[in-house]
Amino acid sequence: MTSVETLSNGPLFGLPLPDLWFGLLFFIFGTFLFLDGFDFGVGALFATRDDGGEREQLLAAIGPFWDGNEVWLVVFGGALFAAFPAVYANLFSRHYLLMFAILGALILRGLAPEMYEQRHDEAWTRWWGRAFVAGSLVTPFCLGMFTANWLVGATTLVTLPGVLVGLTVVALTVVDGVAFLRLKTRGDLRADLQSDGYRALASYLVLVVLTLAGLYALAPGLRATMRSPLVLGLVGLTLVLAAGYALATRRDRYYAAFAATAGLVFSLVAVVARLLYPSIDPAAGLTVDAAIVPTLSLNLMSIGAALLLPLVFVYFVVLYSAFSGPVEAGESY
Amino acid sequence: MVDPVVASRLQFALTTIVHIVFPVVSMGLAPFLVYFTWKDIRTGTPVYEQLRRFWTRIFAVSFVVGTVTGIVLEFEFGTNFAAFATTAGPLFGGPLAVEGMMAFMLEATFLGVFVFGRERVGDALYMVSAVAVGLGTWLSAIWILIANSWMQTPRGYELVVENGQRVVHLVDPVAAYLNPRFFWMFVHMQNASVEAVSLAMAGVAAYFVFRHHVWDRPVEHVDFWETTLKIALVGLLITAPLQVIHGDMYARHVYETQPQKFAAMEAVWETDSYVPEYLIAFPTGLQDIVDPRAKDIFGFGIPGGASWLASGGDPQATIRGLEEFEGPQPPVAVVFWSFRIMVALGFWFVTLAFWSGYRWFRGELFEDDLLHKALMGSAPLGVLAIELGWVVTEVGRQPWIIQGEMKTAQGVSPGITGAEATATLLGFAVVYLGLLTLYGYVVTRIVRAGPPTGADLVSVTDAETSSPGVGADD
Repeated sequence: MTSVETLSNGPLFGLPLPDLWFGLLFFIFGTFLFLDGFDFGVGALFATRDDGGEREQLLAAIGPFWDGNEVWLVVFGGALFAAFPAVYANLFSRHYLLMFAILGALILRGLAPEMYEQRHDEAWTRWWGRAFVAGSLVTPFCLGMFTANWLVGATTLVTLPGVLVGLTVVALTVVDGVAFLRLKTRGDLRADLQSDGYRALASYLVLVVLTLAGLYALAPGLRATMRSPLVLGLVGLTLVLAAGYALATRRDRYYAAFAATAGLVFSLVAVVARLLYPSIDPAAGLTVDAAIVPTLSLNLMSIGAALLLPLVFVYFVVLYSAFSGPVEAGESY
Repeated sequence: MVDPVVASRLQFALTTIVHIVFPVVSMGLAPFLVYFTWKDIRTGTPVYEQLRRFWTRIFAVSFVVGTVTGIVLEFEFGTNFAAFATTAGPLFGGPLAVEGMMAFMLEATFLGVFVFGRERVGDALYMVSAVAVGLGTWLSAIWILIANSWMQTPRGYELVVENGQRVVHLVDPVAAYLNPRFFWMFVHMQNASVEAVSLAMAGVAAYFVFRHHVWDRPVEHVDFWETTLKIALVGLLITAPLQVIHGDMYARHVYETQPQKFAAMEAVWETDSYVPEYLIAFPTGLQDIVDPRAKDIFGFGIPGGASWLASGGDPQATIRGLEEFEGPQPPVAVVFWSFRIMVALGFWFVTLAFWSGYRWFRGELFEDDLLHKALMGSAPLGVLAIELGWVVTEVGRQPWIIQGEMKTAQGVSPGITGAEATATLLGFAVVYLGLLTLYGYVVTRIVRAGPPTGADLVSVTDAETSSPGVGADD
């Protein structure tokens, strides 16, 4: 039992594990938002397409990916439970109705494409198409609301920062969806998406400014951190990446635009994490150091994550390289 | 308005009862899909390609519904059982996180390759993806059952009071995660999943075989359904007897580790020896007929049977009655009947397996119309038996959420209101009813449409022409 004793005595290799887990948690959340974000964005763009063939292409584009992407949210929930159980419990029970709105919307989003493909009569596809769009819009909106309420320590369901961040996240997923679809489609559809990309990017930037202004005005506790070099730097990075996205979209550099999107998503998530730290649940007054799980569990989880996450990375490389390039004729959902 | 504690318990029961159907289908189908994929790749016989593609469609739909209903469960510990999550989190959260990273990720990513990628990847990677998906479903079960079995037989921890809240501290991870219940649960559940899927496959196949051979209403691709029936029966012949054998050992283990649950399974109130295994039992007074905890019960059954079961062969053995444990007691009648019906179904499946095996041996498998009817009627019963088994496990553990440590009522989130909990309970009742209806509808459509055919089959077109596959591996 000496090994258990070693693992119970202090953090592995003396690493600052609570902070690393805080970072890892937001990395997982960011990965989810980037990957499933393009699925949501494709769902939003689905509403702008009337042609059955084009709609089919949109569904085929996300077909092999969305389920794996959504698992990042499962891992986020599991990691939060394992590393910060009190935060998992407080946060999710405090935002009870919002959590179930997210879960309900995810059910709709996951089910709708599967149903859409079952029958080809008009009423059926129209309604499941609408369900797909609704699920794809409501999920990121509620996730944004949840994140903002978490950050400002709100205990009510609807708050102004919540609505602003909700809309910001929706715009970001559309930016993401366009970048992804430009990789996965050809011809007219690919060309048409260019202007959708510009519009979504412009909305995103406007909403980011509004959100930052709103937070600065409404959450005095965050002001000092918002003026910190790191946060200002991340906002600056967002502007640079947005310019890069616009340029790459104009020059049909599909991978560059997609990479810029990843940068945008992780910048936003990093801002949220920085504003939150060193607290992890302001409404409950919990800090990272207070909420972290006891040492033995923490060390075991760290070993588990260090071994497993690289494997997960390999799975995603296999999946995305198997389905690289545009959707082929004859491929469907 | 329902009390938040009652509403949360009902909601968790509802969401797990619905969810478990889909993992059962994926875990049970996994070994079959690995076999079909292997045979398809090795032999190139059209029927194996048909089997692989047909059952993959069912698997994919089940997986989608399983994903969306499973995420609900992962978040429900936080939303509805926050006090439990805070107390047990340091020990209980780890397995859930590892399940996500180790199992669910493997399954969900390779499922993309497995369902959509036949034309895009080579045979080797395709085979790997089939195995990865199957392995993912089973690894998932390991971690979920580690978490659940710890609630049944908690080990390897100490309770520490932190800020007025009881918190479980992990002390001995091996004792906690390889707790005595885990092994039995895993064996019993995985075997049951394969058994339930074998029954469902056999039932569906029996319908088409019956229509073709007995009713004389020709079915296209009857050979596909005949092969399905035979493969499903092999699965049933292997799993059904095993399920009864380790079920018996599992029951004895429950008596040793959770005597209160065992007493509820057998409706034993007073500690006694030579306790009969009731086949049926009911309250003697009419006024008690709806009281699941009625103590004056009349029943008849096998003399000494329950003692025999608990002790592993001694009909004189003493069984501790429910009166010995401080109240409240679990709703005994629910546990008692669920256990009985599950066991009866288990024996019925063995009968069905041997009956089919005998007919097959005699070369009369496609002619016995009574057997076909029995198989058709039994198609959903394997899943029913699993649900009942989980009712025994979970309701039988009540009033505890962590056996002997924490009551379920203490585990509910303190902050949620009756209105919130009632609203989500009603929401789930409606949504999940719709979900089950849609799932049933889609699976029925897939079955009606039958296996993919003719020119659509790769194994046929490959043999006839050597046209390059569209977009394959470029």
